[in-house]
Amino acid sequence: MDLGQLLHSLFFDYTVRTVALGTAILGIVSGMLGAFAMLRRQSLLGDAISHAALPGVVLAFMITGLKAPLVLMTGAAVAGVAGVILVIGVSRHTRLKQDAALGIVLAVFFGFGLMLLTFLQQNPDARQAGLNHFLFGQAATLMERDVLVMALFGGAALAVLGLFWKEFKLLSFDREFGATLGFPMSWLEMLLTFLLVIAIVIGLQAVGVVLMSAMIVAPAAAARQWTDRLGLMVGLSGFFGAVAGVTGTAISTLAGGLSTGPVIVLCISAIALISLLFAPRRGVLWTEIRRRRQHAELAMVLKGGRP
Amino acid sequence: MNPALEVTDLTVAYHDKPVLWDVDVTAPAGILMAIVGPNGAGKTTLMKAILGLTPVAAGSVRIDGKSYTQQRQRVGYVPQRGSVDWDFPTNVVDVVTMGRYGALGWFRRPGRREVDLAMHALEQVGMHDFAQRQISQLSGGQQQRVFLARAIVQDADIYFMDEPFQGVDATTERTIVTLLKQLRGDGKTVVVVHHDLQTVAEYFDWVTLLNVQCIASGPVGQVFTEENLRRTYGGRIAFVERDALATGGMALRSFAPAATAGGAD
Amino acid sequence: MSASLEIQLLAVLVAAACALPGVFLVLRGTAMMADAISHTVLLGIVLVFFVVQDLQSPWLIVGAAAIGLVTVTLTELLQHTRLVKQDAAIGLVFPALFSVAVILISRFARGVHLDVDAVLLGELAFAPFDRLIVLGIDVPRALVTIAVVLIANIAFISLFYKELKLATFDAGLAATLGFAPALLHYGLMALVSITAVGAFDIVGVVLVVALMVTPAAAAYLLTSDLRRMLVLSVAIGVLSALAGYWLARLLNANIAGAMATMTGVIFLVVLVLAPQRGLLAKLVRRRRQQADFAATMLAIHLLHHTGAPTEAEEARIDHLERHLDWQPGYAARVIRHAERLGFIKSIAGHLQLTPTGYAKAQEVLAS
Ligand SMILES: Nc1ncnc2c1ncn2[C@@H]1O[C@H](COP(=O)(O)OP(=O)(O)OP(=O)(O)O)[C@@H](O)[C@H]1O
Ligand SMILES: [Mg+2]
Repeated sequence: MDLGQLLHSLFFDYTVRTVALGTAILGIVSGMLGAFAMLRRQSLLGDAISHAALPGVVLAFMITGLKAPLVLMTGAAVAGVAGVILVIGVSRHTRLKQDAALGIVLAVFFGFGLMLLTFLQQNPDARQAGLNHFLFGQAATLMERDVLVMALFGGAALAVLGLFWKEFKLLSFDREFGATLGFPMSWLEMLLTFLLVIAIVIGLQAVGVVLMSAMIVAPAAAARQWTDRLGLMVGLSGFFGAVAGVTGTAISTLAGGLSTGPVIVLCISAIALISLLFAPRRGVLWTEIRRRRQHAELAMVLKGGRP
Repeated sequence: MNPALEVTDLTVAYHDKPVLWDVDVTAPAGILMAIVGPNGAGKTTLMKAILGLTPVAAGSVRIDGKSYTQQRQRVGYVPQRGSVDWDFPTNVVDVVTMGRYGALGWFRRPGRREVDLAMHALEQVGMHDFAQRQISQLSGGQQQRVFLARAIVQDADIYFMDEPFQGVDATTERTIVTLLKQLRGDGKTVVVVHHDLQTVAEYFDWVTLLNVQCIASGPVGQVFTEENLRRTYGGRIAFVERDALATGGMALRSFAPAATAGGAD
Repeated sequence: MSASLEIQLLAVLVAAACALPGVFLVLRGTAMMADAISHTVLLGIVLVFFVVQDLQSPWLIVGAAAIGLVTVTLTELLQHTRLVKQDAAIGLVFPALFSVAVILISRFARGVHLDVDAVLLGELAFAPFDRLIVLGIDVPRALVTIAVVLIANIAFISLFYKELKLATFDAGLAATLGFAPALLHYGLMALVSITAVGAFDIVGVVLVVALMVTPAAAAYLLTSDLRRMLVLSVAIGVLSALAGYWLARLLNANIAGAMATMTGVIFLVVLVLAPQRGLLAKLVRRRRQQADFAATMLAIHLLHHTGAPTEAEEARIDHLERHLDWQPGYAARVIRHAERLGFIKSIAGHLQLTPTGYAKAQEVLAS
């Protein structure tokens, strides 16, 4: 398939359009909510949530016997929330630091999910478990009803984000000041974290549990370099996420059968790298040039000062 | 008339470690009050407990005769400057506007009116030209003024400020003092955590000496004495000049040479 | 040796090898760095594999250690630009490197014995099939690898025990004593990398993290002594390995997954029941301390108002409820507790400080 064909099918081919729409939605939602996660220094929470989702999906299937996206996503979300509660509970009530709590939750939940899955299939060989899509995502398997569920949940999450925009901004910038204004900060914090869980659950099918956290961190890290306004940053982050989602899906389709997760992650990583290096004012190149110029000026002054 | 602030038998413990023991503080309306004490004395904790940010083991807080939750809209807060991430993507006027969020309530976004109020407050602290500046590009003193502007737009009747003079230069210090006096002139009450013993008598009307317990609290002239300071700082007091003390008695000299009372941290 | 015994031996060795460096990861707050490294070693394996075309080559270990250090360095470089915070830096670096590895494998290494699932998930049950003759004894290859890794771990930790201890608890002091905490840090990260490689075809890279962090975290809830923590961490890891093996046998499920699950179960048990730092012990202690604390508070309150003009009023029982803002029932309970401790006497609705109570209040205030 060449590029012309791809563009053609992107607009006219029903399946391709569905897939592109799905990955765009996932990119927007995870990008926008990821921006808040990054600002609140919870970039790695996404990693724990996405890994924790695995047993949720398996259990949801075991309990209901259904493979409907809504059922599996609900299972993933419940397990994700359980993971978050454990992370927060352990780091708040014991002497363990948050990173240990994150590590425990992500690895133990993942192992538990793996055990359940192999038990379900009565085949202990994990490699045969058909986990591949779940681990690394397969956007091509997205169907209309999946995209519909994604749009519904993602849209709802973004609507809530818009509704509580001012409060979430306060929470992210100055929690205690917000509390003195009378806003219930713990409650808002829970709500925002729950929205993050939704964003991750939406992305699992296309990006997979192993790499989903990158869709939380990288768009936000890229967007932060271009602007100093929260609104712009969140919007840009969603835009970068969508671009990476669609481009990644297109590339993996062109390349024939690559898992979409790694390709999407490489796309968003490239965007992040470019932003870190070249973004005006903040970028590495920019600061380096400014530093050089200052050095040169200083040298001039020193030289000129000498008789 | 009710006292602006009435703290009764307040006790606060972090985990099992008591940080404030049975503290009583009363402040009439329209005064500037300093809270003074060594590092770790519980000054920040006292403020947070008054503002309901830290759970208390016992005791009560009344603001103008009513409980804090009833009076929330009348209370302004200036946290310690280091308590937020100054690399947050926002600009000065936006931060100042946050002071109106409480009055706006849920869901309503700040509009023209809020921005105008913010600009006016920025003028008062001499930061008008910095309105559009990204907050990461502010000096420490400028950050402090932004926080003060945010408190001004809250239009509260009683303010709590945690170390607003920390790490600011002489000009900013003057600006802040002028502002405090202006607030007092408007009939407001301001409670300030302060570290510089030299300037207590000059800037403030009342003082609370705190070191886990409330050592003394009242008008500067009666309370800010050598004896009380010694009890507060446990003999580690140094370099308080004669005129800075209410009693005008002997200057205190250092008993432990390394320790200075002022501007610590 | 039967296959079942060999698998259990492997499981035990891999758990022990992971549990040792895990202690330092937990203490130093670098557990997520280990998660990152355990993913990126895949890239090291792939790159070395392209060169030597052999998955059994010892160069894999070297490549893994190198890529582990690259991961750490890249993360720290990114952090030093101050463009992103540490957690975001980790979250940016490892998915990118890991994605490169996954793509390289699925593009160029298909068909050879290197598939992504194997690296990610491992398969302990197949380990006994791949054998090697060492010193005339026929043993599973994985057993040799993991034994070497375990020995390397033990050697590193015992050689640098003092330095590691100091660098972990007081990096500043370690630096002034010339112990180069940065060097130790990198050494430790290299150790984590080779442990991840040694373990990858046994339990896979994700579950390595479970075996590293969870037993060490449980041990940290049980003791503060470094030596004891190392021993406990290994013991908990080994216990989880064996329990996991039998659980997997019972359920006919994946062994590594069951091992990780068991580390989680043991962690939960410790979390709730640990003698001093467990949630239950904390709750009980908190209750008791609160009662003692309230009684002391009452004593101090009475002391404060001794001799004051308001003394008689402040010491009235109903007055306490108002001033200390205590619920009616609570105040009565505190008074009873304080009476039992001998701090106060109640005489006709008035509370009086006993000498014991007076001494106690003075003591607390003086401290
Ligand atoms: N969140 C907390 N958890 C446990 N202990 C705390 C906490 N916050 C403060 N403390 C302890 O409470 C005591 C009082 O702290 P506080 O911050 O109120 O002191 P401070 O008078 O404001 O000191 P400084 O002059 O340094 O600002 C200190 O001993 C401190 O260690
Ligand atoms: Mg303080």
